[in-house]
Amino acid sequence: MFDAVIRNFGFLMGGFGVTLELTACALAGGITLGMIVGLGRISRNRWIYQPVTLYVNFIRNIPLILVIFWFYFVMPIIAGQPLNPFISAVISFIIFEATYFGEIFRAGYQSISVDLIHAAYSTGLTYTQTARYVLIPIAFRRMLPSLITQSIITFQDTSLAFVIGLQEFVRRASIVDNLEVRSIQLYGFVGIVFFIFCFIGSKISLHFEEKGRKTGVL
Amino acid sequence: MAYNFDWSVLWRQPYGMWLLQGLWVTIKIGFLAWIIALSLGIVIGTLRVTPWKFLRLFSSAYTELFRNIPFLVQLFFWYYAGPMLLGDRLGHYVNQIMGLNYYVAIFALGIYTASRVAEHMRAGFASIGKEQYQAVLSTGMTQFQMYRYVIIPYALRIILPPLTTEFLTIFKNSSIAMTIGVAELTFMSYRIDAETFHGLEATTGAMFIYLLLGLTVVRIMGFIESKFKIPGMIGR
Repeated sequence: MFDAVIRNFGFLMGGFGVTLELTACALAGGITLGMIVGLGRISRNRWIYQPVTLYVNFIRNIPLILVIFWFYFVMPIIAGQPLNPFISAVISFIIFEATYFGEIFRAGYQSISVDLIHAAYSTGLTYTQTARYVLIPIAFRRMLPSLITQSIITFQDTSLAFVIGLQEFVRRASIVDNLEVRSIQLYGFVGIVFFIFCFIGSKISLHFEEKGRKTGVL
Repeated sequence: MAYNFDWSVLWRQPYGMWLLQGLWVTIKIGFLAWIIALSLGIVIGTLRVTPWKFLRLFSSAYTELFRNIPFLVQLFFWYYAGPMLLGDRLGHYVNQIMGLNYYVAIFALGIYTASRVAEHMRAGFASIGKEQYQAVLSTGMTQFQMYRYVIIPYALRIILPPLTTEFLTIFKNSSIAMTIGVAELTFMSYRIDAETFHGLEATTGAMFIYLLLGLTVVRIMGFIESKFKIPGMIGR
């Protein structure tokens, strides 16, 4: 039933490896930039707040596929030479996902109340200790479910690197399908693999959400 | 490599017309898929809270399935594998339909977004207190009447803001239809690149068109929200 999948298993899973690499790079960059974007979104300095807000609102209104194309077209002009599609795709994912992660971080930062900081100070903790032992752990636990959910979305989004010819999971499945015309099993297989990973991820997110609710951090 | 910008691809004929045609296709896909998404999403979301276990199971399987697979994969599955699933004769007939990719895009986007609408419905139902259900039943309404006349309209009004976001997302997601060759806005900007090598200008222009489309949708939905909001329940 899955004969074409079995025959091309190595080739397909190589593509899945590229998908995982893309996801890892996009997450590392997107979360790091997202932390900064989140800080910019709560900044009281309007020279920081306004540009960051403009960036976030602009990108969140544009389809990811268009952002991927845009960077694919703009990178050669900046670099002066044709760029590797992998790098181009990673940059687009970082710029795009950082706006979504940024909003999660903003909500996390804003969920810390002034009372909590005052309480920590009154026990004699210094500023760094307050941040290290009180604020960051609490904010992190509150944000964790959303961070996991957004990571799953990023994982799914990497499939769109398909459009600039990057040989990730879906592109490889379509290459095999063009040769063997076994669309049901090939796309079915890709769907099943994505489903397993995302389903487990969503259950982990749910677990942390319930844990947070029980312990009262959410 | 020196690059000569040529912004005239945004209005020069035939390219300017291509972008407008693309926008029109984007709007059509978005609206038609939204009709499917909203009607199916309301049904699936309501099944999730019915007393029958089988229906609840079906509804949660539906949402889990569609949410955990990338939309691109779903689209390819329906477009390439869909006709095969119908069997030889019917599949052959379906493959002959003119503009099949356009219909598949609407169908796929509609049933995908339905799973997201269903999740919002569930959240809406959860935010309605238990005593409200009891109050409705105590007036002598049947289960069906309760959902039809009280609970569903009530939940829809509560979840209007997330539905606005979903409605915006459907236009953004419609861009993925270009991968099966639907001539919507993103496809057209890519096509301009293929003809003129000025993809940067074309995609930049398309970005601003999406932005304008989004702002227009927010305006319209803001008007609908202000008309239908339950006073004191959704503060904006």
